[in-house]
Amino acid sequence: MNKNIERLYNGIIKENPTFVLMLGMCPTLAVTVSATNGLGMGLSTTAVLVVSNALISLLRKIIPDKVRIPAFIVIVASVVTVVQLLLQAYVPAVYDALGIYIPLIVVNCIILGRAESYASKNGIVESAFDGIGMGLGFTIALTCIGFVRELLGAGSVFGRVIIPEDFHISILVMAPGAFFVLACLTALQNKFKMPSATNVAGGSSIVCGGNCTSCSETVCAENHKKIAAAKAEEAKKAAAEKAAKAEAAKAKKAAEAAAAETKPDGNE
Amino acid sequence: MNKLLNVSTSPHVRSSASTSSIMCDVLIAMAPAALFGIYQFGFRAFLIIVICVATAMLTEYIYEKAMKKPITIMDYSAAVTGLILALNMPAYIDLWIPALGSVFAILIVKQLYGGLGQNFMNPALAGRCFLLISFAGKMTQFFPDGVTGATPLAALKAGESVNLLDMFIGTIPGTIGETSVIALLIGAAYMLAKKVINWKIPFTYIATVAVFALIFGGHGFDMTYVAAQICGGGLIFGAFFMATDYVTSPITPNGQIIYGVCLGLLTGIFRIFGPSAEGVSYAIIFCNLLVPLIEKVTMPTPFGREAKK
Repeated sequence: MNKNIERLYNGIIKENPTFVLMLGMCPTLAVTVSATNGLGMGLSTTAVLVVSNALISLLRKIIPDKVRIPAFIVIVASVVTVVQLLLQAYVPAVYDALGIYIPLIVVNCIILGRAESYASKNGIVESAFDGIGMGLGFTIALTCIGFVRELLGAGSVFGRVIIPEDFHISILVMAPGAFFVLACLTALQNKFKMPSATNVAGGSSIVCGGNCTSCSETVCAENHKKIAAAKAEEAKKAAAEKAAKAEAAKAKKAAEAAAAETKPDGNE
Repeated sequence: MNKLLNVSTSPHVRSSASTSSIMCDVLIAMAPAALFGIYQFGFRAFLIIVICVATAMLTEYIYEKAMKKPITIMDYSAAVTGLILALNMPAYIDLWIPALGSVFAILIVKQLYGGLGQNFMNPALAGRCFLLISFAGKMTQFFPDGVTGATPLAALKAGESVNLLDMFIGTIPGTIGETSVIALLIGAAYMLAKKVINWKIPFTYIATVAVFALIFGGHGFDMTYVAAQICGGGLIFGAFFMATDYVTSPITPNGQIIYGVCLGLLTGIFRIFGPSAEGVSYAIIFCNLLVPLIEKVTMPTPFGREAKK
């Protein structure tokens, strides 16, 4: 598969930031009272993610390792400010609905997470595609949650009322509803075994899910190698010991046989 | 498994009590209140009870079938949940609302947390609060369409006088099962006699509410007011049937007393200082969350072991 397309697939399905990585829970729970809000929040985050990933990837060789987190935050915050001003200018309705959660994109852990784990180690184009993939995954998840909450809680789809008011389950547009819907959708995603980082076949026996590509060049992978080497060493040792034991047993048997052979001799 | 558990020396005292026999006792104990509800509110109350119980059992059956787990509807715990929920419903509500509450109680609160014994909150009450928040207007509509009036507790809160005898017998507006104090007390006496529950939680709960109403009620030493607070709303029903739920109440003796006092304090605060006239449901589900903490601090010291200083 083309590497860029692989990045998109990874972000949207395999490592979906909401349903699989469980990142960025604060905006996920807070703004998804309607599908429109979810879509707006998701797309704003996508825009920030793409630009910040590209910029960080561009600057990855200049930023000193020791101060990388502050440097990332400065870049992300600048991008968020730009997005915030653009939203305020062109889509004031979405701006008003999302409120404080737009400036809070700065501290959204998806963005810092992708900067730290992907953009600071990979080229610009892949990083940008990683941003698009992750952003779209986030957007889809938020829109789904918002859609369900809006439909059952307020009886409307993208603002158009289709269920009469008598049948609105209004707890779903309140805070507890966000948890119910998120949990149910995540459970469904797990139940139908959509291929994801946490759903690799046989992956349940490994804590990380056995997805080693996302761990390349990290401490995990190094440890993995060390453990494998230690295991090999141990296996070698055990094999040697076994061989030695077998040798000893053989020698003993031979000695016994010799003794048995000599015994009759002795009786004679 | 049996070998693992039988570690004490013989002879063993065996109890014939099982989950289903206890749940059956609870069902029998709620029967007077349910029958009185049907007598007072008519066929509709009966319909709501049937719908709640049937939906609760059906939900449990379908979930366990779908998840390939052992079917546990024959231990009657789902029936108890359904019946408690039904008795917490106003009689004039749309019939699909109790059904939705039953599904929520069994599916989300009970089964998703692992079934009977694993739920951290009383399923029936969580179902009721879910409905109360979602359909606030309909859930507090205690009269047929077009008729307005107040429950005794609401009247009490507004400073009006109430008829204590009516409250005791149960000819007052309210949910299906909570109105008749005498029917509830008959059921409670049955459970106490059968040792299904002990006195600690209900009595400390009711006593705390009484003391709280006496001190903070603003009516001085007025016993009528205190008695009305005790007989009104869901206090008796909650204290004997919902607060004593095995899964969501402490098992340590001291813990049960602390739990009862916490329930009483919260109920008093909700009723007297809160905007609503009633607070039993919220007090109980809130205290359900405190149960692990209460059990942790009231762990009894085994015989022969020195108490921790």
